[in-house]
Amino acid sequence: MSDVSVDMSPSLAGVKMTAPLLEVEELKVEFRTRAGIAKAINGVSFEVNSGETLAILGESGCGKSVTAQAIMGILDTPPGYITGGQIRYRGVDLLKRTDEERRLVRANKIAMIFQDALSALNPVFTVGFQLAELFRKHRGMSRADGKKRAVELLDLVKIPAARQRVSDFPHQFSGGMRQRVMIAMSLALDPELLIADEPTTALDVTVQAQIMSLLAELQRERQMGMILITHDMGVVADVADRINIMYAGRIVEKAPVYDIYAKPSHPYTKALLESIPRVDLKGQQLNVIRGLPPNLTRIPAGCAFNPRCRYVRDACKVDPIPPLYEIKPGISSACHFWKEVRGDD
Amino acid sequence: MSDPVTTATSDNPAVIPVQAGPGVNPQGPTQERAASLWSDARRELIRNPIFLASVSFILIVSSMAILPSMWTSKNPRDCDIKFAKLSPSAEHWFGTNVLGCDYYSHAIYGARPSLSIALIATTGVTLIGVVLGMLAGFFGGWVDTLISRIIDMIYSLPFLLGALVILGVLRQSDLLHSDQWWPPVLVVAIVLIILGWVGVARIMRGSVLSAKNLDYVLAAKSLGASNSRLMFRHILPNAIAPVVVVATISLGGYIGAEATLTFLGAGLQPPAVSWGTMIAGNIDYFNEYKYLVLIPCGLLVPTVLSFILAGDALRDALDPKLR
Amino acid sequence: MGRYIVRRLLQFIPTVLGTLFLLHYLTTVGIQLTGNPIRALFGDKRPAPETLAALTSRLHLDDPCLKQKGNPCLGLFRERLVDIGQLDFGTNFRFRPVFDWRGFFDRAHASIITDALPYTIKITIIAFTIEALVGVFIGMRAGMKPGKSLDYSVKISTVMVISVPVFVLGILIQQFITRDFGNFLRGQEWIPEVISRGVFGSAYKQEFPFASLIIPGIVLGMLSLATTARLTRTSVHENMRADYVRTAKAKGLTHKRVIGVHTLRNSLIPVATNLGLSIGGYMTGAIITETIFNVPGVGNQTARAIFQGEPAVLIGITTMLVLVYLVANLLVDLLYAVLDPRIRYE
Ligand SMILES: Nc1ncnc2c1ncn2[C@@H]1O[C@H](COP(=O)(O)OP(=O)(O)O)[C@@H](O)[C@H]1O
Ligand SMILES: [Mg+2]
Repeated sequence: MSDVSVDMSPSLAGVKMTAPLLEVEELKVEFRTRAGIAKAINGVSFEVNSGETLAILGESGCGKSVTAQAIMGILDTPPGYITGGQIRYRGVDLLKRTDEERRLVRANKIAMIFQDALSALNPVFTVGFQLAELFRKHRGMSRADGKKRAVELLDLVKIPAARQRVSDFPHQFSGGMRQRVMIAMSLALDPELLIADEPTTALDVTVQAQIMSLLAELQRERQMGMILITHDMGVVADVADRINIMYAGRIVEKAPVYDIYAKPSHPYTKALLESIPRVDLKGQQLNVIRGLPPNLTRIPAGCAFNPRCRYVRDACKVDPIPPLYEIKPGISSACHFWKEVRGDD
Repeated sequence: MSDPVTTATSDNPAVIPVQAGPGVNPQGPTQERAASLWSDARRELIRNPIFLASVSFILIVSSMAILPSMWTSKNPRDCDIKFAKLSPSAEHWFGTNVLGCDYYSHAIYGARPSLSIALIATTGVTLIGVVLGMLAGFFGGWVDTLISRIIDMIYSLPFLLGALVILGVLRQSDLLHSDQWWPPVLVVAIVLIILGWVGVARIMRGSVLSAKNLDYVLAAKSLGASNSRLMFRHILPNAIAPVVVVATISLGGYIGAEATLTFLGAGLQPPAVSWGTMIAGNIDYFNEYKYLVLIPCGLLVPTVLSFILAGDALRDALDPKLR
Repeated sequence: MGRYIVRRLLQFIPTVLGTLFLLHYLTTVGIQLTGNPIRALFGDKRPAPETLAALTSRLHLDDPCLKQKGNPCLGLFRERLVDIGQLDFGTNFRFRPVFDWRGFFDRAHASIITDALPYTIKITIIAFTIEALVGVFIGMRAGMKPGKSLDYSVKISTVMVISVPVFVLGILIQQFITRDFGNFLRGQEWIPEVISRGVFGSAYKQEFPFASLIIPGIVLGMLSLATTARLTRTSVHENMRADYVRTAKAKGLTHKRVIGVHTLRNSLIPVATNLGLSIGGYMTGAIITETIFNVPGVGNQTARAIFQGEPAVLIGITTMLVLVYLVANLLVDLLYAVLDPRIRYE
């Protein structure tokens, strides 16, 4: 499908192709619920460029999906509200654009893959219908042409017997195949940025690897930017270029993937790494992080991680919240005591 | 798959692991969970004005049913045709009916059969439904097949239509024409029970089936808890909440059902006095003597409404997910 | 799909037999407890023993098992099944048949049900149309804007309607709308009769065969209307938050399409099933409404059978209604499979 010569996707006024693909700056999201205001995202900033993969990593509930939904503009409002920050696509702040402009960015420029393909695909329509719908509604194709393209897409994501399977319903596919359909759907309109929200969490380990390598391959071929969201440190190592570690709605560490594994700069990252089962340490006690993630309606003062932190000092328990200290170009940590954590002197 | 990183260790006492692995006293989580469910619900309910109003009304009506003499000194069967169809006055607060009976005392005494039928029917339906539903869900196999088939059969009979045909056939029976107030009440209630228990049984069977696979139940089982202990200590406490909700709502439903059946000639019959017979018996005079119909309706409808609202409030309080 | 239909049809047979047996057993016990129902037809008069015996035997009430309390009377049940197989649902005590299909085409073979059915069908269609259109529309609007005023009014009014027994609603509407308000209308010269005497008449009138069924139809539809609105509301509300609706948004589809195609299609599955099942409610509902508004339909005949102490007719009509209900349920099951592919391929 890379042979599409004319770019038929609608263009967005003010777009500068030289600007970074996506910049998120000081994004803040809160959920106003009966139990109180949950501050789900508290000033998150990052940048993704074409052809690179940024992994966002953190425990479940730390705000990864909410970040993705905010970028896509599909946050449930109410209860969720974006209360600050910018989301710039090619220099254009999407939050300032009309609903209609934002709608056309979805799937055309920025597409998303959801965690659980079984519930993310509509159970009452065939996968062919759901794929063709994109071509019909965004490219004005006929049903027949849409279906042809749907078959091509299923081929692209290596679903065997695509021509027959195109008229099957989602529940007739296996978990892995369903996630391939999801991927096909996200790639349909040749987006520049792909957000994959835990694309392999619902799958068996063997299938996980296949899906990840398919994603990586497609991303490389098309030179897309990709945001890979996961809570599994093991998944990202081979695929990601850079990693942002997220905790309680903030980014606590940013680093290229190699540095994270070699020398974590935040106690939370360190704890995450220690909790991965490793073949070479078989038989040893696995270190799990003690305690639970904070209640987002009552985030502790100071560093949100302090109640669970091994390196905690009094300074961690009071505001100001530790800023992201730049350690070296490309590496930063939101820990006052990053030196100690890294073991630097 | 749960996050590997949050598998909490137990050195944080504030964190109660949801899954009780072996080694955790399997009795703890079940009862704690059930207990906190109910105490949360209670806190929620005493702050709910609709619930409080409904319960107050139910208490008032119940006191009429239990102690009618507390409300009126007149005997509803003391009638004098000379004083028929009197409008409401200081002497007869609700006037008199076509036979010259004091209508206020009718309204008060009418509460007893209506509420008794509802109470007996609901109790019976709940007991039978809970027991059979639990047996079916817990033992599975042929027990389940047998009970489920019976449930299906009864379900295939529209509820009121079924009650109507049985009571219609029984209409001439002496049971429905007793001098005492309770035999007809019992007959109507039994018919409602025969047709009504399947609803509760289905809910119960469903809850037991899903409870059976909860971790703490499996844990208790693996520790060798006996069947009856499993059912009564572990499964019942958690499966009972939806049943309580349904029972509350059906108290209202059965009051309405009694009145409907009576209206169609298949429930209580004069000289029995119930709200249903009061409406049915005076419908012909509705045009001229509106109060004769409006008064029993005015008691019947709020009573049914109160039970339904109370049940709704209970459901909301017991099931935070539904909010 | 084919396999599903076959399986459903096979399951249908035991359900029908079981339900008919249940009905037979419960009514038989009723007769055993009450004694010969024929005697009651004569009230306080004592009929001649020969007359009584002849009638009893013609109505198949002479089986000795009817005197043994608790006996399931299997022989009688077998006879009844054979009769039902031949579409014979018994007769009243004047030997007028409860049902004779030829009655639909030929007045000479008129029967209780064929005479009454057209009215019941009309009133049911009115009720069903109102229930489906109004209920789904209101429920949809309420579900899309949870917590807004329409949502609350649906919540409140459904609870109200559910807690007012249909017969109370019926007699109140009859009194205050068709009698009191209707009398006012009938006093106005300029209002056409079809409105003042037809639509707002307090009972069915032959001169206005459709107009005078409208209000009874509304009363009949009211109860299920409330349930339908409420169910639609809940279903739309739940589906609005479903993952696949989020996917549809992420696909850059318009709001209209997200709601109209992706949300609605799924939300209507339980609603459609419920609409089908409300037919059972219509049967009892029709007995009430037709009695109140004096519509000469099947429901009215049922009530009449109760009041006149004609258990044979009552049982005959009920048996037929139950069969209709079972068939309706079967159709709903099949409809369910059409609407939801997950069921179809089970
Ligand atoms: N629809 C919602 N309503 C209320 N709170 C929500 C909602 N969605 C997310 N949240 C809150 O936002 C937090 C982050 O959620 P999410 O981004 O889904 O976590 P994850 O990192 O696992 O993807 C959750 O802990 C939750 O408290
Ligand atoms: Mg998530």
